Amino acid sequence: MEALELARWQFGITTVYHFVLVPLTIGLSVLVAIMQTAWVRTGNEKWLRLTKFYGKLLLINFALGVATGIVQEFQFGMNWSEYSRFVGDVFGAPLAMEALLAFFLESTFLGLWIFGWDRLPKKLHLLTVWCFSIGTVLSAYFIIAANSWMQHPVGAEYNPETGRAEMTDIGAVLTNNTTLVAFPHVISTAFLVAGTFISGIAVYWMVRKHREDAEHKDLGMYRTAARFGAWVMIISGVGLIITGDLQAKLMFEQQPIKMAAAEALCHTEDSAAFSVLAIGELGTTDCTEVNNIIEIPGLLSFLATSSWDGEVTGLDELQETYSERYGATTPDGEEIHYQPNLAVTYWSFRLMIGLAAFSAALALGILWFTRKKRTAMPGWMKTLAIVSLPMPYLAASFGWIFTEMGRQPFVVAPNPTGSDQIFLMTMFGYSTSVSMGEVLTSMITFTVVYAVLGVFWFRLIQRYAVEGAPEVEEPVVRKDDDQSTPLSFAY
Amino acid sequence: MDLALVWFILIAVLWTGYLVLEGFDFGVGMLMPIIGKSNKGRRVVLNTIGPVWDGNEVWLLTAGGATFAAFPEWYATMFSGFYLPLLLILLALIVRAVAIEYRGKINDETWRGRWDWVIIGSAWVPAILWGVAFANLVRGVNLDAEHQYVGNFFDLLSPFALLGGAVTLTLFLSHGAIFLSLKTDGEIRERAEAFARKASLVTIVVAGVWAVWAQLAYSRNTWTWGAVVLAAVALVGAWFSTLRGRFGWAFIANGVAVVGAVILIFGAMYPNVMPAIDEANSLTIDNASSTDYTLTVMTWVAVIMTPVVLAYQAWTYWVFRKRLSMEHIPEHNELTFMKG
Ligand code: HDD
Ligand code: HEM
Ligand code: HEM
Repeated sequence: MEALELARWQFGITTVYHFVLVPLTIGLSVLVAIMQTAWVRTGNEKWLRLTKFYGKLLLINFALGVATGIVQEFQFGMNWSEYSRFVGDVFGAPLAMEALLAFFLESTFLGLWIFGWDRLPKKLHLLTVWCFSIGTVLSAYFIIAANSWMQHPVGAEYNPETGRAEMTDIGAVLTNNTTLVAFPHVISTAFLVAGTFISGIAVYWMVRKHREDAEHKDLGMYRTAARFGAWVMIISGVGLIITGDLQAKLMFEQQPIKMAAAEALCHTEDSAAFSVLAIGELGTTDCTEVNNIIEIPGLLSFLATSSWDGEVTGLDELQETYSERYGATTPDGEEIHYQPNLAVTYWSFRLMIGLAAFSAALALGILWFTRKKRTAMPGWMKTLAIVSLPMPYLAASFGWIFTEMGRQPFVVAPNPTGSDQIFLMTMFGYSTSVSMGEVLTSMITFTVVYAVLGVFWFRLIQRYAVEGAPEVEEPVVRKDDDQSTPLSFAY
Repeated sequence: MDLALVWFILIAVLWTGYLVLEGFDFGVGMLMPIIGKSNKGRRVVLNTIGPVWDGNEVWLLTAGGATFAAFPEWYATMFSGFYLPLLLILLALIVRAVAIEYRGKINDETWRGRWDWVIIGSAWVPAILWGVAFANLVRGVNLDAEHQYVGNFFDLLSPFALLGGAVTLTLFLSHGAIFLSLKTDGEIRERAEAFARKASLVTIVVAGVWAVWAQLAYSRNTWTWGAVVLAAVALVGAWFSTLRGRFGWAFIANGVAVVGAVILIFGAMYPNVMPAIDEANSLTIDNASSTDYTLTVMTWVAVIMTPVVLAYQAWTYWVFRKRLSMEHIPEHNELTFMKG
């Protein structure tokens, strides 16, 4: 192993970990804000109980999200200093904007929301949760804009004197067409995760309460939550498919080699088939061993080009084109493989899409069993609910693994219609001044600390979910001279 | 004025915001056992920063992001060069965020006790290390002609740097105690006030020695004597105010002292952003900065957003302006371990 590989592992581990927490924070913050709005507007206590219930789970999740995010902010400098030098002029701007426009908003207003129940009038307090959730969505926008620039660099020029990419148009960077499809895709992911989370827990409770007492007063509340989550899943699921398809079409233009690898398409074909299952030595970066066993004729051409007999370029040809354009060998004389790891790209793409099926089944099941005010839920729905909970998380992680590893060997992928000189290979991006021992130390400590914290996170989420929605009292705003009533919330 | 210089100053402002705000957060964390004593007392102490600590920490993230955007070379060299100290700081910040949020989530003596230690430890570590890091910036580090850090971890632990660590440590302790004196009532307040009187005296001595040393040995500019004097006067003023029971003034004076310290640190480096022992290899405001275009964009963003952020953060402090005392702390209504 070299420092480069360690740095990659460290980045992959810490980022995937961060993104396990992120979608729930984004999705749930908006959905909890909607629940609280429903309470303020209808005065129905069930919405207040749900707000407090899911709000508590959100806080447990948020804490670890913030903690792991802090690492991300500094990691580019620590482990990827050469990358930072190359991209900083462009990439730093969205990152700084994220802090200034989004992180301040979310962190400050979260504090106001948690501690403000008995300090702020109802409507003002409602506004704080909205500011918080808008902050989380904004943060996603800016970081996706930064990431999309690495996928598809726009609004910049290469300066041979400084040897770096320099920004020429911030508008172009923030409205990169890659961002405009990746952002809704990621936000839909967040809602799929959060919708599944809300419904999954609510279904667990419906089954449990119904067994205790078919007339239990909480059944109505959990039914509301389950249906609410189900609609969120359905809408975000549709959003995912639409935006995913748009992303795929765009990627065929911007990073054709990533998509060809995802489809195990070795040779250029007209009317290319969509591979459902392929076997063979996918682990290699070599195509000769790949066998497609199940295919849908023409579908790939349709997905890529909107035409059933469009031409899709295969890996072998792309490898040649890329070698000519970006160099055939490394400075050490080794051949550069422009194809990413085939097995990883092929399977992560399929798992990303496939695992969402659990949420779809859960959503349809809920809508069916709760139709016309019904509250009886068969026992197997509880199993389905629990099995479904982790699935969209996994799908989202595979989505990122696909996006990021499919971009290899580039860390900044060349834009086929942009400047020919703005690209960076991962192997030239890491920090040369950091020793292997140092990277190893940090990788091991982060992994261990994250693992320990992950156990606490999981136990708390589980304990509070199994505790159920608490009974609540109407919040009362404290008078200024009130010196002795305890706070409604304190650490 | 040249935009790169504007950003040099803006980054100094962001660090000032961070050190003033998270400075008392760290102080409060370190003082939890000393001033809090009982479980309820520790909760009073912790809840003074409850609604605000997370927003305070974003000043650091913004300083980091702004450095990346405005001085990519500085960001790259500094964070890869200060690798291990930064790793320790990050670990502390990670476990701290989680500890504050999770501490009260389970009503169990052992659970709380462990997280208390995490909160305390994770306040001490950065309180010392930030001083070490800044002292190294002032002193200059080993950079090669490519602006890569070529020293090792132990080079960063010179006596001057360690004394710098003592400065932030004592400063944050007194700052935290003064903050607690303003935000609590009853026995906690008495203990906080007593501590603040002693701590601010120690701070004068430690910070005074370091500032004069920094000025004489390392400052590249004589005008930074002004900053030394400003910080010294402010610290003495803070101490006097604690003696006279004027903790609001003490807090302001401590804030001014931080301003003085940041001016000294940045002024001592100027026109470098990261001085090298071999001056020819230093990263300067000019050779480390982004293009004018990027700086212009960022200036607009900063000019518009910083006042907005300041306004809503100030509002938060106003909403939670009441002093806390033992009576305000609810009995634990959170879960117990074994139930369910
Ligand atoms: C699609 C969304 C998304 C993505 C791809 C990332 N993050 Fe993130 N990040 C968030 C969405 C988010 C969030 C929703 O805003 C978080 C998650 C949990 C949280 O508490 O806020 C957050 C927290 C968070 C924080 C703490 C903010 C605070 O204190 O409030 C930092 C510094 C970062 N992130 C930085 C990064 C960096 C440098 C990333 C690139 C590798 C990154 N995040 C990927
Ligand atoms: C949060 C979701 C993200 C996930 C899960 C993710 C995942 C990954 C993974 C798995 C790798 C390792 C790839 C490999 O080693 O082959 C990687 C690399 C990298 N990603 Fe991401 N990424 C995410 C978002 C981002 C964002 C938003 C950025 C930039 C703002 C980014 C920048 C990078 C960089 C610089 C590398 C290192 C170079 C490399 O090894 O590819 N990533 N990421
Ligand atoms: C029909 C369904 C879907 C299609 C066609 C699709 C398509 C895509 C494509 C082409 C990319 C890669 C973009 C790039 O390389 O930059 C991607 C990335 C991603 N996908 Fe999907 N996707 C689908 C469903 C899902 C589902 C169900 C989830 C999660 C629940 C998901 C989560 C993600 C994430 C997190 C990323 C990485 C972020 C990004 O680049 O946008 N996708 N998707």
